[in-house]
Amino acid sequence: MSSNRSLEPSALSLNDLPWQIRYSDERCTLCGQCTAVCPVKAIGLEVFRKRVIKTSIRKDAEQTNSYDTFYGVRQRTAVENACIGCAMCTLVCPNDAIHPVKNPGLDRMKFHINQQGVPRRRGGRRNVSASILDRIKFTRISMLTDPALDAGRHEFEMRTLLGRVLSPRENMKRFREKGWIPPVREIYPLIIGGMSFGALSPTMWEGLQMGVAYLNEEMGMPVRMCTGEGGCPPRLLRSRFLKYVILQIASGYFGWDEIIHAIPHMKEDPCAIEIKYGQGAKPGDGGLLMWHKVNKLIAAIRGVPQGVSLPSPPTHQTQYSIEESVAKMILSMSMAWGFRVPVYPKISASSTSLAVLNNLTRNDYASGLAIDGEDGGTGAAYSVSMDHMGHPIASCIRDNYLNLIKIGKQNEIPLFAGGGIGKNGNIAANAAALIMLGASGVQIGKYLMQAAAGCVGTEEDRCNVCNVGICPKGITSQDPRLYRRLDPEDVAQRVVDLFVSFDTELKKIVAPLGRSTSLPIGMSDALGIDDHAVAQRLSIKYVV
Amino acid sequence: MCRLFALTSQDPVSPMLAIKALDVMKEGHDGSGMGLLLQDLGGPFEEMKDAPILSGIFSEEGIRRLDLFMMDMGFLTKYKISLKVPKIPVEGIPRRDLYLIRAYELPEDWENLTREALADRLSDIRLKIREMGEEKKDMMVFSFWPDTIMIKEIGDPLQLAQYLGLDRKELNARVIMAQGRQNTNYAIDLYACHPFFIKGYSTMTNGENTAFIPIKDFLSSRGIPAYTGYQSDSEVFAHILHYSLVELGLGIDGYKHVITPLQESDLVQHPDAVFLSHLKRTCRSLIIDGPNCVIGTLPDHSLFMVQDRKKLRPGVVGGKPGIYGFSSEICGLDAVIPDRDKSKDIQPMHLDTAIVSPERQEVNICRQTEALNLPL
Repeated sequence: MSSNRSLEPSALSLNDLPWQIRYSDERCTLCGQCTAVCPVKAIGLEVFRKRVIKTSIRKDAEQTNSYDTFYGVRQRTAVENACIGCAMCTLVCPNDAIHPVKNPGLDRMKFHINQQGVPRRRGGRRNVSASILDRIKFTRISMLTDPALDAGRHEFEMRTLLGRVLSPRENMKRFREKGWIPPVREIYPLIIGGMSFGALSPTMWEGLQMGVAYLNEEMGMPVRMCTGEGGCPPRLLRSRFLKYVILQIASGYFGWDEIIHAIPHMKEDPCAIEIKYGQGAKPGDGGLLMWHKVNKLIAAIRGVPQGVSLPSPPTHQTQYSIEESVAKMILSMSMAWGFRVPVYPKISASSTSLAVLNNLTRNDYASGLAIDGEDGGTGAAYSVSMDHMGHPIASCIRDNYLNLIKIGKQNEIPLFAGGGIGKNGNIAANAAALIMLGASGVQIGKYLMQAAAGCVGTEEDRCNVCNVGICPKGITSQDPRLYRRLDPEDVAQRVVDLFVSFDTELKKIVAPLGRSTSLPIGMSDALGIDDHAVAQRLSIKYVV
Repeated sequence: MCRLFALTSQDPVSPMLAIKALDVMKEGHDGSGMGLLLQDLGGPFEEMKDAPILSGIFSEEGIRRLDLFMMDMGFLTKYKISLKVPKIPVEGIPRRDLYLIRAYELPEDWENLTREALADRLSDIRLKIREMGEEKKDMMVFSFWPDTIMIKEIGDPLQLAQYLGLDRKELNARVIMAQGRQNTNYAIDLYACHPFFIKGYSTMTNGENTAFIPIKDFLSSRGIPAYTGYQSDSEVFAHILHYSLVELGLGIDGYKHVITPLQESDLVQHPDAVFLSHLKRTCRSLIIDGPNCVIGTLPDHSLFMVQDRKKLRPGVVGGKPGIYGFSSEICGLDAVIPDRDKSKDIQPMHLDTAIVSPERQEVNICRQTEALNLPL
């Protein structure tokens, strides 16, 4: 651009972009792989013109200049081409000639990423790396009075219950009188949270399912996976593997036509039904699958036309009150499977969560409550929702658990916590902390994508383009050119790696606390934190 | 780790026998407390099996308040033992005004009460006195129950027994439980001293209870007023026993299934697998994670011992027809019943509940994998 030209308000310089490409023309072989792989076309092969001045100290010598050209990679500055920091260019470069770096200054993109009046939407996370869960320590280490156990050699029973557990007396009465006792599943406390077929690519979904099947059938670990709101492939619905699946229904009811019609053909009951009322990443907002990802296959499974965005309403539209939303829907879903399948709601963490819980305690058909905190991930949401809406999971789970204690139902309605577990890589410590605060189990999503499929997203606003189907790793894309980068077998292998290593770490945490025969739900005396206010808020020890 | 000794004998014996056992196991306790439970009493109490006996420690002011309170309730003193303490204090034993053991005549209008209603009322009175004592620290009450005496104090067991004169002839019983306390995580508090007593059920334990908080939370939220206290993490074992046997109607063979349920592979092979899997789920919050050895008595004066799943605490049962002892260590048993057949000593393992019934003829081992007496 010339210096005497007028400027567009959104004309940005490289300095204004969140990610800047460092490029070495000395090392570059001009192979073009980086420009081909870039998901947002942030870089292009360009011709650079350079003026070379040739001068001499000799008076009689001719002072000349010449124009030279060379080829190289140039970063684009248009808002839609701004580098997302995914570093796929670095991954493919044969000569290590290129890599993105985070702009250490103020990112001015934020002010312009609303072209044509559309605010920024993205996938991913809240992009805040601070984590209360990471700061919680396990301080009640068994010493000489009660020997710590050997995590490697002792026998452990690290299972949890999903389902409405009656009080011992009521259960015994119904057992005696052969009355209805709500279904309860014994499952592994680390659950793969709802990520839909559609949000995830077919290869990713297949890899997860294979990993889950292997964990159950070969490793004896009852791991369960939730479908998210996107239906379920018909063959899976009719297979014996359905018992490892938690079917999710949400306000768009996507895929439920197919599911309902498959019920008579099901060989096994699903593990459970999750009714999604809210999501931690975007509380009060419905699910969203943008048109980019609604291809023929996705459209068929969801029962919708191709190529249209699929925003689920923020709430279940046929219902207008908590009695309708919760009681009737839970009852309907229970009835569909002959009251043999646990049905539970999932809500966003909120200061109103307690009201939902109190309602559930009076409903025998409610099998649990999943609460998703503000650090939860999403395939697509408005940035404003992700960044500013929501409630942290730790205090929400704690409040709900303490409320259950108050009414004596802490063993009856299991709470499942989600949102930010392992966001900085400390998955077992975060999960154990939440369990000791009162969760019966935890749901994970982003961690799984990072560990099992190499998702490059971080809390530094890196990548986060899951919404538009251009996932450079093929995890959240519906474009075969992208998702064939991901081999389902490899994903399955990593899912198994993840769960087996998690199991070892969980034992390394509970064994020193002297626990092995039951999951230490609500063992809050084991927890401490170096922040007095947080300790008070969570009713745990303040340690410095 | 605390040292425990319990004794069940056909003929009433002096509590000094149990104290002797604690004394030989001395290296396992530190004088931070001694607890003694006497049941199935002999001597003068033999004639008043239905009269509730109040056991506790009172100041002069406290005893006056107690008398007023009990008279208001319509209780009349039927018999009492006053433990007079020597004028010269003994180092390590606090000065108290009065150790009370007093049997009461029930108020007239209580006579037609059902057993359950009577149990509730006696328990409520014990809790009320305890609460009254909390204000001025002038009353401590350990039990208020027929045919039951409980003595607790800080100090070395043998010194204490001599100090309190526990060798007196009026004090003898057929069931005795004694604990020499090894203070661990919690402050020295007499209410933290074992054995713990609730409505005819009593337990004492050694080892830490690592699952204490979730168990405590579960019990205190049952809506049963007597499930309170918890100055010690071991008190929950007595309350779980009461909950299992009274609230759930299980037999003593079911207690072990509540505190340390079978693991999945054993559970599915159990003759009562379905019932037990329901029990395991619904009583999940009562699972103890040990390491604990629990010794307890039941209202019919059976004595039992169970170990947690890991069996990391010692415990031995031995004796001869007519007298059996339950001890943390074999030397304790040797001190009290030296002439028993030692080859028949039993150290209950992780699936066992060792029970000596009131007939005191043999040690029954109930294995957790066997069929249950179900409350169905």
